[in-house]
Amino acid sequence: MGRYIAKRVVLLIIIIFFVSVASFFLVHLLPGNPVDTILGPNATPANTLIVNHELGLDKPLWEQYFIWISHVFQGNLGQSYTTHQTTSNIIGQSFPIDVELIIGSQLLAFAVAFPMAMSASRRPNGLFDQVANSTTFGMLALPPFVIAPVLVLLFAVHWHVFPGPASYVPLTQNLWTNLHAILLPSIVLAMGSIVVYFRLLRNDLIATLQEDFITMARSKGLTDRRIMWRHALRPSSVSLLASAGVTIGSLIAGTFVVELLLQMPGLGYQLIFSVNQDDYTVVQGITLVVAVAIVLINFLFDFLFTVVDPRIARE
Amino acid sequence: MSDQITPPAIAATATAAADEPEEELTTKSLGLFFWICVGWITLVIVMALIADLLPLPDPNIGNFNGSQNAGPGWGHLLGTDDLYRDIFSRLIFGARVSLVVGFGGTGLGLILGGIPAMVSAYRRGRVDTLLNTTSYVVLAFPAIVAVIAIVTFWGHALWKITLVIGIAGAPLIFRVIRASTLSYATRDFVLAAKALGASDRRILAREILPNIMPTVVSFGLIAVATIIVLEGSLSFLGLSVSPPTPSWGNMLNEGSSLLTGAKGQTNPWLVIFPASAMFLLLFSLNVVADKLRSHFDVTEIKL
Amino acid sequence: MTPLLEVDDLHVSFATPRGAVRAVQGVSLSLEQGTTLGIVGESGSGKTVLSRAIMGLLPRHSATQTGSVRYQGNEILNAPNDELRQLWGTHIAMVFQDPMTSLNPVLRIGRQITETLRIHLDLTKSEAKETALSLLMQVGIPSPVERFNAYPGQLSGGMRQRVMIAIALACAPNLLMADEPTTGLDVTVQAQILDLLSTLQHERQMAMILVTHDLGVVATRADEIIVMYAGNVVERAPTNVLFTQMSMPYTEALLGSMPRISYPSHTRLLSIDGRPPDLLSPPAGCPFAPRCPYAQGKCHREKPTLVEGAVPGHSYACWFPLPIREKAATS
Ligand SMILES: Nc1ncnc2c1ncn2[C@@H]1O[C@H](COP(=O)(O)OP(=O)(O)OP(=O)(O)O)[C@@H](O)[C@H]1O
Ligand code: SF4
Ligand SMILES: [Mg+2]
Repeated sequence: MGRYIAKRVVLLIIIIFFVSVASFFLVHLLPGNPVDTILGPNATPANTLIVNHELGLDKPLWEQYFIWISHVFQGNLGQSYTTHQTTSNIIGQSFPIDVELIIGSQLLAFAVAFPMAMSASRRPNGLFDQVANSTTFGMLALPPFVIAPVLVLLFAVHWHVFPGPASYVPLTQNLWTNLHAILLPSIVLAMGSIVVYFRLLRNDLIATLQEDFITMARSKGLTDRRIMWRHALRPSSVSLLASAGVTIGSLIAGTFVVELLLQMPGLGYQLIFSVNQDDYTVVQGITLVVAVAIVLINFLFDFLFTVVDPRIARE
Repeated sequence: MSDQITPPAIAATATAAADEPEEELTTKSLGLFFWICVGWITLVIVMALIADLLPLPDPNIGNFNGSQNAGPGWGHLLGTDDLYRDIFSRLIFGARVSLVVGFGGTGLGLILGGIPAMVSAYRRGRVDTLLNTTSYVVLAFPAIVAVIAIVTFWGHALWKITLVIGIAGAPLIFRVIRASTLSYATRDFVLAAKALGASDRRILAREILPNIMPTVVSFGLIAVATIIVLEGSLSFLGLSVSPPTPSWGNMLNEGSSLLTGAKGQTNPWLVIFPASAMFLLLFSLNVVADKLRSHFDVTEIKL
Repeated sequence: MTPLLEVDDLHVSFATPRGAVRAVQGVSLSLEQGTTLGIVGESGSGKTVLSRAIMGLLPRHSATQTGSVRYQGNEILNAPNDELRQLWGTHIAMVFQDPMTSLNPVLRIGRQITETLRIHLDLTKSEAKETALSLLMQVGIPSPVERFNAYPGQLSGGMRQRVMIAIALACAPNLLMADEPTTGLDVTVQAQILDLLSTLQHERQMAMILVTHDLGVVATRADEIIVMYAGNVVERAPTNVLFTQMSMPYTEALLGSMPRISYPSHTRLLSIDGRPPDLLSPPAGCPFAPRCPYAQGKCHREKPTLVEGAVPGHSYACWFPLPIREKAATS
């Protein structure tokens, strides 16, 4: 176990190094530059030079990288050129939104996809399976930016069941309002995940249910329910867990469509905003934090599937 | 008891599965529904290919003397959008962009992610560590930043968008296919094939691939849909084909703003048609893949 | 007295994309408490399908079963799963053909044994564990305490087969179906497992159906033997009678391959050329005719039915059985 963790930590450091380099240089590929944004109409060549120097943007890129990364190691992610908020502060405000949206949407997705896949796999190509299959393809064809406005119109504007856009308050401020505001976007985001989880789990369950050890379990006189939960589910969940890792990873700073539509300033929202403002430090800071989070989530799920399926752990 | 005795070694290898009769593809065995789906896929592809030759109104320029946001009817088969453009025509021309990014991006993702994933999970060891780490690096990088940076710097020709999306999607495909392969790589039939001296390539292609195929197809179809939608969002942000060039994705995007009347006008058809086109295409592809698989699947015959 | 198990004219066919596969074509048999029935036939003759049909384990949507299967006088063919579940494990249990794929790879073997004990016998966790350990001991697993927490992948084939036997015997069934229980094991282990089964059977007064492709396996262990070919019973007799009065050329051919106990299962009989007929469209005549060295015109036209032989309890399906042929040869 110790060795496993040590190996993962080394891996994480290597990955973070590459990601930090890539994010640093890619940000500098972005069109426009922060100095123009800061100075706006005051941008005379002389002013530009001064601000450039103040921000250290006149140094060679690699030197800028080392300055930045050494600050990062001291726990300093820098501050926004435009709002002068610290990057940590910005992340601290917006990350909870992502976390809440991810937890909400994933709980919903699992709660729907599991029973759906289990029922569908009992009779492959049976009526339920066909309905479920078509429904998931429907969900794929109707992306969040189509679903979200419709749900807002129906549930927020017409029926007042859910609050409308821009009603998010932090968890600590008002639990009820917070959860209420999270629910609608969670539903929208869950749809995409349901499709992935349902389809992968259904396929693997169908394959598992044809295995000899399932017939064996039946011959022991176990109920179908027990066979499904105890005998079939675990050996069928490896691809599901891997896909949960990448899905959750891609939702970190990846929910901006919904965040934009519902006016919730999550990480993705902040990221796009900062990219548009050429706010290099904030973009780099968010990218780094997101990268660490994505890798950790995937480590966790990779580890989970070796626990769930001991065949894989045996290297 | 004068029967000749066959040496055990020969008898032992002559197992029942050794020589299954080959099956042929027949219309009868695959069913009518299969062929309807094949027909639909072919129709979509052919229409997209020969769109220029079809007697269609210009997809990019509306007829301002005609009607705006019209429903389906005789003049315009599927109606018109808010800029008086013919939806049917846009749908067919839009298929070009969407099919190219959707299938191109997925295909590229499968080549860059899927094949290494199988090798990685099968070989384990150093190869696995290297490929695994690489996948994490690409995965960990917020794709949207990469896309914005690369596209603004490099330009947004369709093939470039496809390339960038394919690369960004590869690690997702890698992680899922790797996991799926892992769960088969240590099975007895794989070990048996190894013991019989089958080459790695043969084991991957003949023993492992057929088993992970359902996952590949499912995940692939999800990727196609996701990419088509993503392209629409990019195009909406000015990061893909520029308006007025249609794609299913940007039609959905335009349509979504006409759904709730926020712009003072509504036209649900602009969402309904591209969404239905995509739904039917995915559905048909799934049916075709599924039928083909079960037709050639030997594992379903076993008890 | 009604026999423990009675099977009458059982037919099983599978719906496949290419048509109906007629895997079992009219099998009848009966079995008394405490006795052993051997079912012998080469690969694909329908032994597994027959034993699973008897137990009711075949998938309902693809397998059509007709005829009758009575357990203790009650009809159980096509009975609802809930009803069969009352029998499975406690009355009838099965040892599966392939120990490599028949144990759940992600569950510790201890759990796989205690599961039935806790569900069917309502034992507490510790009672179940104790019983499981003694079962593992009985089936000859060394250091059962350690094995209890092992995954199937950590055991050898022979040990897995022993574990399967332990699972099958856990709830003391009246009838044990052993489907080629010595598949893929080396010769010494095969003999050990078979002896183990016989011993346990006598201790528990259990009835057993022992399925195998090897006449040698059942020669000393079965009270009665049924020979199957392409889904049909082609010869049936008490064991001693079969070996003295063998009448059907196919049985004879099977005997020719007898010494090779070490064959893995799914072995095709190579001492006779050719292969079993296509079960999609079985030939009109004797199913063995294309491979039979004694086949004549009649064999290809008309299918022989099971007829009683000279000795009671002996029957065979052949137009030109061995005694007749011998007579023809001597005269
Ligand atoms: N689910 C199924 N669908 C279609 N055909 C099947 C199915 N199961 C078995 N069969 C067919 O039924 C026939 C008998 O198979 P079975 O497994 O009973 O043979 P067996 O005597 O047990 O052989 P072996 O020695 O290989 O175990 C075979 O031809 C097989 O292909
Ligand atoms: S009936 Fe004819 S073909 Fe069939 S076993 Fe007897 S002799 Fe051979
Ligand atoms: Mg069998």
